[in-house]
Amino acid sequence: MFDALSDRLEGILGRLRSRGRIGDADIEETLGQIRTALLEADVDIGVARALVAGIRGRLVGEALSRSLSPAQQVVKAVHEELVDVLGGETLRLTYASPPPTVVLLAGLQGAGKTTTAAKLARWYRQQGRNPLLVGADLQRPAAVEQLRVLGQQAGVPVFSQPTDPVAVAAGGLEEARRLGRDVLIVDTAGRLAIDDALMDEVRRVSEAVTPRYTFLVIDAMTGQDAVGTARAFHDTLELDGVILTKLDSDARGGAALSVKHVVGRPIAFASTGERLADFDLFHPDRMADRILGMGDVLSLIEQAEREFDRDVAAEGATRLMQGRFTLEDFLSQLQQVKKLGSIGNVLSLLPGVPKELKAADAIDDRQVGQVEAIIRSMTPSERAEPALIDGSRRVRIARGSGTSTQEVNQLLRQFKEARQLMRSPGMLGSMLGGKGGRLAQSLADRMADPGLGQGDLAGLGSGLGGLGSGVEGSGPGSAPAARGAKGRPGAKKKKGGRVTPKSGGGRPG
Amino acid sequence: MIALWIALAVVLVALMVGLVVAVPRRRRGAGGSGPTPTVETGPPRPTARPPRPVPSPAPSTAPGVAEEPGAAVVAEAEALLAGPEAPAAPVEPAPPELRERMGKTRGLIAGAVRAMRSRGSVDGETWEELEEALLRADVGVATTSTLLDDLRARVAGGDLRGPDAVVEALRQDLRRSLDTEAGTGLEVDKDATTVWLFVGVNGVGKTTTIGKVARRQTEAGHSVLLAAGDTFRAAAGEQLELWAERAGVEIVRGAEGGDPSAVVFDAVQRAAARGNDLVLADTAGRLHTKVNLVEELKKIRRVADRPPGKVMEVLLVLDATTGQNGLAQARQFLDAVGVTGVVLTKLDGSAKGGIVVAIQRELGIPVKLVGLGEGPGDLVPFDPDEFVTALFE
Repeated sequence: MFDALSDRLEGILGRLRSRGRIGDADIEETLGQIRTALLEADVDIGVARALVAGIRGRLVGEALSRSLSPAQQVVKAVHEELVDVLGGETLRLTYASPPPTVVLLAGLQGAGKTTTAAKLARWYRQQGRNPLLVGADLQRPAAVEQLRVLGQQAGVPVFSQPTDPVAVAAGGLEEARRLGRDVLIVDTAGRLAIDDALMDEVRRVSEAVTPRYTFLVIDAMTGQDAVGTARAFHDTLELDGVILTKLDSDARGGAALSVKHVVGRPIAFASTGERLADFDLFHPDRMADRILGMGDVLSLIEQAEREFDRDVAAEGATRLMQGRFTLEDFLSQLQQVKKLGSIGNVLSLLPGVPKELKAADAIDDRQVGQVEAIIRSMTPSERAEPALIDGSRRVRIARGSGTSTQEVNQLLRQFKEARQLMRSPGMLGSMLGGKGGRLAQSLADRMADPGLGQGDLAGLGSGLGGLGSGVEGSGPGSAPAARGAKGRPGAKKKKGGRVTPKSGGGRPG
Repeated sequence: MIALWIALAVVLVALMVGLVVAVPRRRRGAGGSGPTPTVETGPPRPTARPPRPVPSPAPSTAPGVAEEPGAAVVAEAEALLAGPEAPAAPVEPAPPELRERMGKTRGLIAGAVRAMRSRGSVDGETWEELEEALLRADVGVATTSTLLDDLRARVAGGDLRGPDAVVEALRQDLRRSLDTEAGTGLEVDKDATTVWLFVGVNGVGKTTTIGKVARRQTEAGHSVLLAAGDTFRAAAGEQLELWAERAGVEIVRGAEGGDPSAVVFDAVQRAAARGNDLVLADTAGRLHTKVNLVEELKKIRRVADRPPGKVMEVLLVLDATTGQNGLAQARQFLDAVGVTGVVLTKLDGSAKGGIVVAIQRELGIPVKLVGLGEGPGDLVPFDPDEFVTALFE
């Protein structure tokens, strides 16, 4: 998602970094390139102009900080401006009292409203709510049927009747009260913003249920039309936010950048895949990180917190750090990771992963299935001790998993290499931190932010900070202190994870 | 190498979560207030997608398994080019007016042109206005720059004088961009069961388009059979079935989550057996970036192309609101399944569809049909003259 834009910006800013001094001409040239990059990503032309002007203002107006190199200052200005345009803060959802909290979805045909309704219902369920879906799209053939199937998958009941949309919505509200459902999600038919009759209809639907939230569903691949559409719907319905769909396509998302700016309403949710789980609150600051190629570890962690089995994860981490990580552990962690969606998706959230791998679908999940099959064809003792695997065992495993002995060999070799790499903090550090421990730094920054400075994040950050320091270290025994100390001194004693007695020298006192 | 990366990613994720989970727990353990685990109660979590079926080999009843050698019949088909399509137009009770429906697009460029004319000379502002107008119509940065740079050079060289000449030259350039050697007719093969395959990303209107094409082609004298190849999206089959009823044609459906290639194969077999000469094959919406799904599509095409079937058209359905991503979509689908034409849907909205200019200039894929509304008759053949004229009047 946003790949083309982030690639372009990374390239532009990268060229800037390679220069020592940056003059006005360089800045103007860079701003011109940024404008083109934005337009190619379908950012509204007016918004692109405003964005470029904003970046220029930040660079020219403010006293330049001494601690940052000129290139870093440009990156910072772009980042701040992107966060601004993307909508600043994450939307904080509240609930109506008395219930139900009504959420109305509207949008053009094919934006993904019906699928979004089901995803949203699942999301509310995860928040501990009891949603009811209302199928008020009586226009598209089989739309209600689609909602029923998806509702079943999400474990959420669906209400609809073949009358008219306004009556269905009102009926749904009554039904929610009767059943004691506390969230009501109303799916409406797709309509063009210029279709007065249908726009009037959706307004009447809205009046019938007085929604607490009205969301416009927008396809991330939309071009310059997004802004006009958003404006028209906002005029009719008084939007509270936007839900952006199909963000898993390549590139674009310029619509996302533009809508907040034009209608003054944030992007509330984003949908990043075909599975119902591929849906979450939209975090503008993290998205800005992703656009600038900084990865999005925080989203990954949150997702993991929701989907992972904590004991299994903790066990795996402990064993990894003790160097006892076996194929069996690998397999059980793999099952966990699969809960997060496709492997490619997970990779795209990690910083420092080579671009070729982030390229959409560079990783075929079927390959992962093959890896799994190979491991599952091993006996428990083989999984614990791969050295046991001799020629004939290899043949058996290959047969059992429907692969070749070469593939089995390859897996064993790669696992061995990976395990060695994992044990050396240098590798992990460079993977996590990229050049110069950017991740560790950004985590340290975040921890200074009171909103995020919860215990577990701080713990994690310092853990990563410590690992990041390995970049400067020379081997397994070196002290994991440098980066952590630099990032945030107070966090150092929380470096609970790394049980390396020899490294004690790095700690103060 | 990739497996190694997977291993690293997996281990990393596990490690991070392990730290998140384990570290605070260890510390807080004494206090007795561990983090509250998010327990998921209630019905089982939705099965993601039934893993998109790794397409099983097509039914073994295939008579000739050999791949179709090639375009032996194309020449004959060319003769039919204007056949069923052209006469269909007058049949429509009220053929939608492209120009009328595209009012918004016209407004944009026309506004810029008016402003230019009122100033009477070609200056920096002129170029900015033209650029903005083209960009707002989703023509794209690259195409816009090419078009305008060329005009600028001609103005500088003295070939063009005055705003009117500039606008006229731009109009001609745009019109030329939409010229096509392949023609915009829809081709059939008289000696085989013709298959038209409809592909595209999610939500562009493939199923609706097929419904409309079915009606049109039935009116044009074809015996149409629909293949409900979208076995993934919930209720897509039902949706197509309703369209089949409206158009009064038959439909072949498979099980939800089943193999779409098998559905298309069955449809072709049945069409051949029953004497239907045209199979319209729906496919599930898929992002052009999903490798497996694009592979699945390639297989559908291969299977559909086996005798007695012959794929004569692969139509990329494109939403007119699509921005610059449309070019990437067209490129990927062209590479994968040899797209022969574009169906531009939802052009009756405020969207301009300018991306088709870039698609045709760069990839040579012509627009063949245009969707102008939700009614069954609101799908018309693309008329480039009208499209460009509508931009300028």
